[in-house]
Amino acid sequence: MNLFVFVKRVPDTESKIKINHETNSIVEEGLNFVLSPYDEYAVEEALQIREAKGGQVTVFSVGPDETQTILKKCLAMGADEAVLIKDGAGETYDSLRTAKIISQVLKTKHTQFDLLLFGKQSVGADSAQVPSMVAALLDLPQVNVVTDLEIEGNAGSALREIEGAREKVTFMLPAVVSAQKGLNEPRYETLKGIMAAKRKEIPVVTLEELGIQPDELTIQLELTKIESPPARERGKIIEDEPGEAAKKLAEFLHQDAKVI
Amino acid sequence: MILVYVECRDFKIKQSSLEALSEAKRRGDEIGIETTAVLVGHAVDALAPEVFRYGASKVYILENALLAHYSPSGFTQALVSLIEEIKPEIILFAATSMGKDLSPRLAAELGVSLASDCIQTAAKNGKLEVKRPIFAGKAFASFMLNSSPQMASLRPNVFPLAEPVDGHGETIKKEVVIPENQVKDKVTEILKAEGAELDVTEADIVVTGGRGMKGPENFDLLRELTAVLPHSALGASRSAVDAEWIDHQHQVGQTGKTVSPSLYMAFGVSGAIQHLAGMSSSKFIVAVNKDPDAPIFKVADFGIVGDLFQVIPPLKEELKKILSE
Ligand SMILES: Cc1cc2nc3c(=O)[nH]c(=O)nc-3n(C[C@H](O)[C@H](O)[C@H](O)COP(=O)(O)OP(=O)(O)OC[C@H]3O[C@@H](n4cnc5c(N)ncnc54)[C@H](O)[C@@H]3O)c2cc1C
Ligand SMILES: Nc1ncnc2c1ncn2[C@@H]1O[C@H](COP(=O)(O)O)[C@@H](O)[C@H]1O
Repeated sequence: MNLFVFVKRVPDTESKIKINHETNSIVEEGLNFVLSPYDEYAVEEALQIREAKGGQVTVFSVGPDETQTILKKCLAMGADEAVLIKDGAGETYDSLRTAKIISQVLKTKHTQFDLLLFGKQSVGADSAQVPSMVAALLDLPQVNVVTDLEIEGNAGSALREIEGAREKVTFMLPAVVSAQKGLNEPRYETLKGIMAAKRKEIPVVTLEELGIQPDELTIQLELTKIESPPARERGKIIEDEPGEAAKKLAEFLHQDAKVI
Repeated sequence: MILVYVECRDFKIKQSSLEALSEAKRRGDEIGIETTAVLVGHAVDALAPEVFRYGASKVYILENALLAHYSPSGFTQALVSLIEEIKPEIILFAATSMGKDLSPRLAAELGVSLASDCIQTAAKNGKLEVKRPIFAGKAFASFMLNSSPQMASLRPNVFPLAEPVDGHGETIKKEVVIPENQVKDKVTEILKAEGAELDVTEADIVVTGGRGMKGPENFDLLRELTAVLPHSALGASRSAVDAEWIDHQHQVGQTGKTVSPSLYMAFGVSGAIQHLAGMSSSKFIVAVNKDPDAPIFKVADFGIVGDLFQVIPPLKEELKKILSE
């Protein structure tokens, strides 16, 4: 099995988000960048499939040079190879752009694969688009938000989460699958893995090498403003005998908030 | 023209699709373009009149027995053939599980970008500007949609439903031809969660338990509350989910679900930044926590400092009393 995993470098979920209103962007200084949490499930799933069926796990990321750090982490977890597709554009919030770059890699340079694994959504952009878009551009089946995956020969079956239920989806390989929490428990890197990852070369591919014309990557979502959410005011906080407190709360919900 | 994808589940139209349709009609009238709807599937005709009540002047029905069950590739093929024919300026989806799965596939197939999970739309010079949360709601970003067609998905439970009217319109039924091998990903079965509970993203009221619930058996206390409260669902913090007290479908937060119900009730939840990210846009927030310094109180409209085990039983009775009046 040739397993490809796509991962993104994102600010960790602890981050307090500061906005630079002049440049209309998120202040990156002081942020701690990590492998996007859902992508960890994707890497883990690839490793488990390889362990069960044999094959090779290659991890790809589109991003700046600093992305090496998360690729090293994936290697330390046990991935066989990692490839950086260098892109200095920064966060564009335009998933089609990323999906075009990824599909170009898969059409020109790394064309042999059985399964493309993604996170269901990248933390930050929160778009949940790249996997479906790559599937469309390569004309592949897709299953998103997957909590259970089975591969038998060249067919797959997955459970994906929907409102209040799970859908069972069947498909043929090659296919796109995006991981949801619950799919597995991502492993920690081992010391041996970390040492090996340190020595490993990470090839860098440029957009020019892929033969992508800049105008193909024109951003169609024009960012006009970034703002903080409206601040919530601290409301009424009471400390009272439980029965009395419950009564006051019920009255508040009924008479003031009018939600009950 | 604005085209709204109207989602059907169990032979019913999703409320969030009607919300999207209501918003489309408001913007369409402002821009001066027609609002239309499309239904995809098998034997969905009977649902068509419903969309006229929310402002659509036309409804397209894409009918094919192969599409009786959802398939992202199959549904995309069907929609592409319609869109190439009618060339809408704007296409809107509800950002449901299906909407989030289908809209990016369709967008890429059409070669356009997509703004997902928007919480606000505005008409500017005949085009749409949309606002969407980034970093799970720690910031909001606004975008002009510069593509043709313009595409966005709208977060459920955010856009007001229009007052239904006694509307009529044109029903245009199309038999779509799809080669069977173009239906590449097929839903073969739907496994309902225990008791077919309402999903947190769709509920008007979310009742959430955190680590302060102490154990899985105590979630029954919250289940009793949701049984009293109309259109409510059970939520959980990640700590409660990680302790395996409750399934992760219920998790609210940055790596769970983002919710914006009318009322969010948090019991024994400290209010970590990842949790707040997922629920801060709720209209009213109520918290019960024995720690007066718990960060959840910073966003609560009403907080009780106290033991949740003592507060929940009388609260249930009080709410019952009010609701029966
Ligand atoms: C990558 C990442 C992603 C994350 N994503 C999420 C996410 O999506 N959602 C999420 O929720 N968290 C998420 N977290 C975890 C988050 O940081 C917190 O650990 C978690 O939200 C804490 O859950 P809690 O409030 O239930 O537990 P705690 O922080 O332990 O709080 C329990 C609270 O209960 C109160 N309490 C205890 N007993 C009682 C009682 N008898 N009566 C009243 N109050 C009582 C305590 O005072 C305390 O405030 C994430 C963390 C990471 C690192
Ligand atoms: N720059 C990127 N490089 C590689 N993979 C990415 C990139 N951006 C997004 N992805 C993948 O697509 C998934 C969904 O991202 P998004 O559509 O941005 O929410 C992520 O979890 C990754 O698996």
